[in-house]
Amino acid sequence: MKVGVIVFPGSNGDADAKYAVDHVLGEQAAFIWHKEESVAGFDALVLPGGFSYGDHLRSGAIARFSPIMAAVRRFAEAGGPVLGICNGFQILTEAGLLPGVLRRNASLRFQCEWVHVRVDEAAQATPFTVGLERGRIYRLPIAHGDGSYYASPAQLAALEASGQAVLRYCDAAGVAVEVNGSVGGVAGVCNERGNVFGLMPHPERATETVLGGADGLPFFASLRAALAAT
Amino acid sequence: MTADLQIADSQIDDRLLAEVALSRAEYGLLVEKLGRQPTLVELAMTGAMWSEHCGYKSSKPLLKLFPTTGPRVIQGPGENAGVLDIGEGLALVMKIESHNHPSAVEPYQGAATGVGGIIRDIFTMGARPIALLNSLRFGLPDVGRTPYLLNGVVAGIGGYGNCIGIPTVGGEVYFAAPYADNPLVNAMCAGVARQEEIILAAASGVGNSLMLVGADTGRDGIHGATFASDVLAQDNEQKRPAVQVGNPFLEKLLLEACLELAKTDHIVGMQDLGAAGLTSSSVECASRGGAGVILHTDRVSRRESGMTAYEVMLSESQERMLIVVKRGREAAVKAICDRWDLHSDIVGEVTDDGLVRIVDAGREVAAIPAHILTDEVPIYQRPSRRPAYLDAEAAFDLAAALPRDPDYGAALLSLIAQPNLRSKGSIYHQYDHTIQSNTVLPPGQGDAAVVRLKDWGSQAGLAFSTDCNSVYCYLDPYRGGQLAVAEAARNVVCVGATPLAVTDCLNFGSPENPEVFYQFEQAVHGLADACRSLGIPVISGNVSLYNETSGVAVYPTPVVGMAGLLPDASKAISFSLKREGHQIVLLGLQRPSEGDGLGGSEYATMLLGQPHGRPAPLDAAHEANLYKCYLKAAAAGYIHAGHDCSEGGVAVALSEMCVSGGLGAEVWAGYLFDESDYCTASSVLFGEWAGRILCEVSNDDLRPLVDLCSEFDISIYNIGEVTAASRLQVRSFDDPQGDSRLLDLSLADLQQAYGDI
Repeated sequence: MKVGVIVFPGSNGDADAKYAVDHVLGEQAAFIWHKEESVAGFDALVLPGGFSYGDHLRSGAIARFSPIMAAVRRFAEAGGPVLGICNGFQILTEAGLLPGVLRRNASLRFQCEWVHVRVDEAAQATPFTVGLERGRIYRLPIAHGDGSYYASPAQLAALEASGQAVLRYCDAAGVAVEVNGSVGGVAGVCNERGNVFGLMPHPERATETVLGGADGLPFFASLRAALAAT
Repeated sequence: MTADLQIADSQIDDRLLAEVALSRAEYGLLVEKLGRQPTLVELAMTGAMWSEHCGYKSSKPLLKLFPTTGPRVIQGPGENAGVLDIGEGLALVMKIESHNHPSAVEPYQGAATGVGGIIRDIFTMGARPIALLNSLRFGLPDVGRTPYLLNGVVAGIGGYGNCIGIPTVGGEVYFAAPYADNPLVNAMCAGVARQEEIILAAASGVGNSLMLVGADTGRDGIHGATFASDVLAQDNEQKRPAVQVGNPFLEKLLLEACLELAKTDHIVGMQDLGAAGLTSSSVECASRGGAGVILHTDRVSRRESGMTAYEVMLSESQERMLIVVKRGREAAVKAICDRWDLHSDIVGEVTDDGLVRIVDAGREVAAIPAHILTDEVPIYQRPSRRPAYLDAEAAFDLAAALPRDPDYGAALLSLIAQPNLRSKGSIYHQYDHTIQSNTVLPPGQGDAAVVRLKDWGSQAGLAFSTDCNSVYCYLDPYRGGQLAVAEAARNVVCVGATPLAVTDCLNFGSPENPEVFYQFEQAVHGLADACRSLGIPVISGNVSLYNETSGVAVYPTPVVGMAGLLPDASKAISFSLKREGHQIVLLGLQRPSEGDGLGGSEYATMLLGQPHGRPAPLDAAHEANLYKCYLKAAAAGYIHAGHDCSEGGVAVALSEMCVSGGLGAEVWAGYLFDESDYCTASSVLFGEWAGRILCEVSNDDLRPLVDLCSEFDISIYNIGEVTAASRLQVRSFDDPQGDSRLLDLSLADLQQAYGDI
């Protein structure tokens, strides 16, 4: 599988995403500079974490106008798997490729910590989560200041009904907990079709036990399995 | 030089001299060295370069005391950062720097630009930054401006480091009244490069171009270097224009562009623009290269109109880099800058006349020999006088002042809830420490932070720690200096790393006060002696003087940033207890060679409301031996958890091991002393001295560890074991087997007092 990692000015999780795919998973990843206009030849795309354009104006608000984003949109519309991690998630919501918005954390502080998430019972099968076990609790790091997911009550209800509220924060026992003020404790969502998925936690930073946990690896392994199945 | 630009002697008044921060005698010296009257630009450049911040005029003789060489040292002090050979063809580049004065005025931007500046020092050398640390001091919590300063500084450090994507992996925070108006903000950065990629900041090759890359130049931060070398006046709010504003996004682009340039053949040197902006960067480039430079200020892109050559030369606008480009390669360099959306201007070229010449719109406004500004800084041998309080503290009768038989459990709970000891989780969770996927030991888990070197194909890891107990330094500056080095080294050892090198940040009050100068002098002697006896060179550093307001100086605070090397990063040792039934042993000194370890202790400070007594001395020979012994035990796999006993003594160290491991411990106080009548239980539990490490070992490894210790002549005491009881229990001296306990606390109570990890 060949994964394209989009590099915006200010991306800083690009190398981590590439490392997770290349060295941990043993697959192939390559950087795609944001000024490029094609994503041809890639099986999946990752919009990595970071502070694209310094979070100026609003997280992700400027990056969505980068030349590469038209190609990302076409790739997504054609059903290609697109993963947005942290700032990548913010960019995808700004671009309208994912529903909802990400607001300042309720704590009004940047939060770097390990959290627990679980796959929602009603979740759709996305290429990045289809390999995850229902009912299992995954432990992942977060590192964000603007990670509070917001959708209106009606929109949230619709997302839940359509299985788009894929990932939710919980404690080690699976009980819902408040992390950053996200409505419904939503940590990750997908689009209607399920091929575009964004999450605030960083699976790419949790792929080896020496880093404190390897619960992020199944997200990438899931993509490989999903691609192999198509 | 057009003579009409030279300032007549009659025009030199006190106001002008104050503005450029030169004394009348220094002005006279400049005229003598120049052999003519200076121009205004020359006068301002000299003021900046001869400031304490750039010129080290009060500290240079003392800094010569540091050992700065060693088999691993590639570059010692004098460059942007120190460089060390860490094997496998790799180099570690590191430095610590203060941003105290700006942070006192504008905490967020002061701290943020401090971080930005130290990061630039690292990538200027061609190294990729891999870790940030810091060392912070504030006044007492919840008093006056402390909450404002603390919140602003922490947010500023996080705001810059998080955005640029370099993990903030460690640090320290202490609170004490003398820092109320003078917080200390020291930022450390470490980077790694292949040795052949290291770039030095030297201008060489006549005709090579000087390119200025990055931010446009504005009026921000003019006189920042001289501001940082002055006592903070009550009107420091008025000094806001001397504080710069940081843009980590721009610096991220600059970082990537510079590292890309470093891998090309286009450039011969790089120098970041820090204190004194273009002045210091051009002068230092010329001086290090033994060349001259000519700089056209009108070719510098401006952020605002109407700026004079004087302002351009002194601006401290952030995120700028001066690059010495090979002649003919300017377009190639510009293409790389353009790709990163960075502005670049050719602003000058390298000459061979040894002069720094500044040309503004065709007129030469300065032509000054570089060596006058760098090598001929006036050096002051400041008078020194031992403060009287030191004798009073050395004679202070702590035994009489402290309670005889307190409730030890209650005392421990109060102690670990002290602002200086309680968990700093609320602070370090605001710093991204997982970015780059290299952090093996994050903050709050080990005595030092550990990052791995996977990006260079290496199994090795680097350990980092910043340390200084400024209370010790206040009570005994010499011992305090020694103990700061030993603690930093011991912290690095505890995670299983061999200490390699020191970067130091020397924070003191005004050197013009003889008693402050005495503290400075003694602390530096202590630091230097400890480095020498432990065989650890100082490879970079920074001096911050004049940290005082209204005659109140900060505690002497010589912060030690230590780096260590682990052969295998995945073997890093945390301090959390791992398994029920394992043994807890104390390696090293059962008691200090003098006193009871309560002098300068957090325990005494907590009960008396201020520090008293004299800290226990360092036995450097024993210390070095202890490191060797422990590292051998670690390499053999005997050490499951290791923790230094520093502030709060054995009781606090055990509490931290229990809380972070979620396991209990039962120990016998009698094992901690060979003569139970020698000291009070307070000393056993809360006394502070160097030369000891608490370890968790398996029953099977106990015997070989004992043999190893005898080989190194290091004492070992099996003081207790790890339990599943979720309690920390310390049995009394006289009751080794029974139920009589000095203290018996639940982990829940300890956790609550300590706060969230």
